[in-house]
Amino acid sequence: MYDGGKIITGLIIGLGLLFSPFIYNAGKAAKTPEPVLTKKAKQAKECIAPKAFMKEWHMQLLDKWRHEVVRENKRYYRPRELATKMTLDHDLMDQWRYLVSIGKRHYIPSDDKVYKKSVEETCFDCHSNKSQFCDECHNYMGVKPYCWDCHIVPKESKEKE
Amino acid sequence: MNFLVSIAVSFVAFIIVVLIPLIGIGAFGMYTFFGIVVPYAAMATFFLGVIIRVIGWARSPVPFRIPTTAGQEESFPWIKTDPIDNPKDTKGVIMRMLLEVLCFRSLFRNVRLEYRDADDGTRITFEWEKWLWIAAIIFHYSFLVIFLRHFRFFTEPIPGFVHVLEKLDGFLQMGVVPVIGFGVPGVYITDMLLVAAVTYLLVRRIYISQVRYVSLSQDYFPLFLILGLGITGILMRYFIRVDITSVKELVLGLFKFSPTVPDGIGVMFFIHLFIVCVLISYIPFSKLMHMGGIFLSPTRNLANNNRKVRHVNPWNYPVKVHTYEEYEDEFRDLLIEAGIPVEKQPDEKVEQS
Repeated sequence: MYDGGKIITGLIIGLGLLFSPFIYNAGKAAKTPEPVLTKKAKQAKECIAPKAFMKEWHMQLLDKWRHEVVRENKRYYRPRELATKMTLDHDLMDQWRYLVSIGKRHYIPSDDKVYKKSVEETCFDCHSNKSQFCDECHNYMGVKPYCWDCHIVPKESKEKE
Repeated sequence: MNFLVSIAVSFVAFIIVVLIPLIGIGAFGMYTFFGIVVPYAAMATFFLGVIIRVIGWARSPVPFRIPTTAGQEESFPWIKTDPIDNPKDTKGVIMRMLLEVLCFRSLFRNVRLEYRDADDGTRITFEWEKWLWIAAIIFHYSFLVIFLRHFRFFTEPIPGFVHVLEKLDGFLQMGVVPVIGFGVPGVYITDMLLVAAVTYLLVRRIYISQVRYVSLSQDYFPLFLILGLGITGILMRYFIRVDITSVKELVLGLFKFSPTVPDGIGVMFFIHLFIVCVLISYIPFSKLMHMGGIFLSPTRNLANNNRKVRHVNPWNYPVKVHTYEEYEDEFRDLLIEAGIPVEKQPDEKVEQS
């Protein structure tokens, strides 16, 4: 081998960088996030949409809410109406989400509830434990929602299981 | 091969790469296979393949410093030299390698040859051509940033540089634009640049006839793979979302050698993962190996010191030589007898006395 020392050093550095997650993670306990449901959330049984949908699309849903509330003054959300009839005033993105994501996991809510489009008043009504519910996954994924750049983080109710 | 055949072959291969996980997961639910077996096999192939390729290169002797460099070699003190493009020592070589690896210097010098009609007939002109360099540098750096951003899936806790990159990369903040459905989560500049640059590189290959002529299916295939990688990534982020918390669980499991496949990960993720696996296991067998090869390019990494240092060919074996002096010693008497002049007279002093 010619210049073996230099080439092997370079090879080790290069592969070491590419495979660094193996080295970085070694011996570190990776805790899988476990969002905790409050008593009220458990009692409510169903959220505004199926769990799988909420896991994947809650951010887009909130973005849409923000848009509709701030710019269009549409302040109420009726999941049953959305699930049973897709009307023209549901925009393309809604229909797309319905098709690709909820598709087969979709369920039609039992009662025609109307929710106010508000994180503080609706979401936090049940999920009043931000640090154990929202932050659990957000921290795991390194996500920092910029909601709280302006809005004040709601106080958590000290509810015990 | 006709270029349409080349494109068709590589595109069909790419479609098969997409269909394998789509059918495997969608129809047969082979989660363990696509989530654990394939990634490990691909990483092992990449790891071993790269080592074998690089060791193979290292075993090839490069006895002669190839002086095909664009710059004046050092000679007389009154001739201006180019210490970076035609380096005489290791310092210059390091500078040249840094510029080559980080700035793609030799690509920057790319020119386009054109025949122009002039008054005195047709002339050859060399046009400034920077588009290839621009697309290449955008593509490579975007790919690097995207790879580094993916460390939020690879590591726990997430190192700080990932957040810095995400901030810089997402600074357009398109989430505030009133276009619902796009912009949330934050749009990354590199995502768009990568797809744009790869598309340009692909279109360029097809559009420019000279480049089309030298393009083969193995040139198109990696472009399709990378384009597919970018598109599935963007789809997963905005249009066909998957549960990324479970994705991270899977990926972290792989990196900690305790793999699990959590339920509820959409098929789009497995397509993305399978394309990555095909891409990295394809690297050692393809031109993508330039990732390591650039460091071992003899025209880039050797100082041009042929006139200063004697480089002995390492595969020279000891040759038995018979010099003229030895030859004359052997046949001197016969040479003198035949009247042929010799350089050294035989024992002149003895004869005189």
